[in-house]
Amino acid sequence: MKSLEELKAIRERTRGQMNLRKEDGPDNTRIVVGMATCGIAAGAKPVLSAAVDQVGRRKLDHVVVTQTGCIGMCMYEPIVEIYVPGQEKVTYVKMTPERMEKIVAEHIVNGQIVGEYTIGANE
Amino acid sequence: MTDLSLYVLDIVQNSIAAGAARIDISLLREGRRLVFRVDDDGRGMSAEMCAKALDPFTTTRSTRRVGLGLPFLKLAAEQTGGTLELKSELGKGTSLSAEFDAEHIDMPPFGDFAGTVFALIQGSPDIRFVIKRQNDNREYTLDTDELLEQLGGEVPLNEPEVLAWISDFVNEQELRVVSYEL
Ligand SMILES: Nc1ncnc2c1ncn2[C@@H]1O[C@H](COP(=O)(O)OP(=O)(O)OP(=O)(O)O)[C@@H](O)[C@H]1O
Ligand SMILES: [Mg+2]
Repeated sequence: MKSLEELKAIRERTRGQMNLRKEDGPDNTRIVVGMATCGIAAGAKPVLSAAVDQVGRRKLDHVVVTQTGCIGMCMYEPIVEIYVPGQEKVTYVKMTPERMEKIVAEHIVNGQIVGEYTIGANE
Repeated sequence: MTDLSLYVLDIVQNSIAAGAARIDISLLREGRRLVFRVDDDGRGMSAEMCAKALDPFTTTRSTRRVGLGLPFLKLAAEQTGGTLELKSELGKGTSLSAEFDAEHIDMPPFGDFAGTVFALIQGSPDIRFVIKRQNDNREYTLDTDELLEQLGGEVPLNEPEVLAWISDFVNEQELRVVSYEL
């Protein structure tokens, strides 16, 4: 059984790293997941957990995952926007956890936009 | 929406959007009756807005003309023979209660509740969530203030390891409270 005590251990393990991570620093890459009714109904929840999971697993300390309301294009949901500092926003559509994994690996880690999942390729 | 946990995630987004500092969520089952309740201390709605919010052509959003969340939930509850009640006061907060007949053929499956709790806390680590689940005589509560106390203000709730703990905790507790139904 999970106990509250375990949180104390997590606190000991992670508190040293907290200073390294600036939640809204200008150098952060942001992964923004649309979580309005249309997004949730289309499957945004597993996409969000895949994003958090990938960022945690790869220890991408400069990447933050945030949620937003309706992006206004319900038929393309789930939608994810990627903001890399100094670059134009990229909008990915009809997202799945598998697509999210690929985007973290290729776009965020290697700097290569995954063209086939962008809104431009799906219009 | 394919399951109840997704309705919960969606409806609680309204409380978050209303600027709530504390959100109480409960899912209580007694016999066939399942009641899903949300109480928030967000900005609330006028009586007029509150009545209109259940009509699928109302929203304060600007990107789409109609709000879908509340009408969807109302429909889901009513399809099982249940009801939706919404009470709100401007500047005070909002209370919502949806009652379902859990054994009705149109009752949505419960779904991945741990994933819902994970998404809520990940998105709003500064809101106090008090989540209560009860299944006849078994129950559990998750109060994010109690978690923060253990974390001593040094580690936020959206730290990946903390989120993983939260989701494991909810999964374990869900198994415990529902197991005898199988
Ligand atoms: N807890 C709440 N506190 C304050 N206002 C609320 C609350 N819940 C709903 N509302 C109001 O009722 C409106 C309708 O809500 P509903 O969830 O149906 O649609 P929406 O949130 O606007 O859009 P969608 O859910 O489709 O993404 C909201 O835009 C908001 O103005
Ligand atoms: Mg809504």
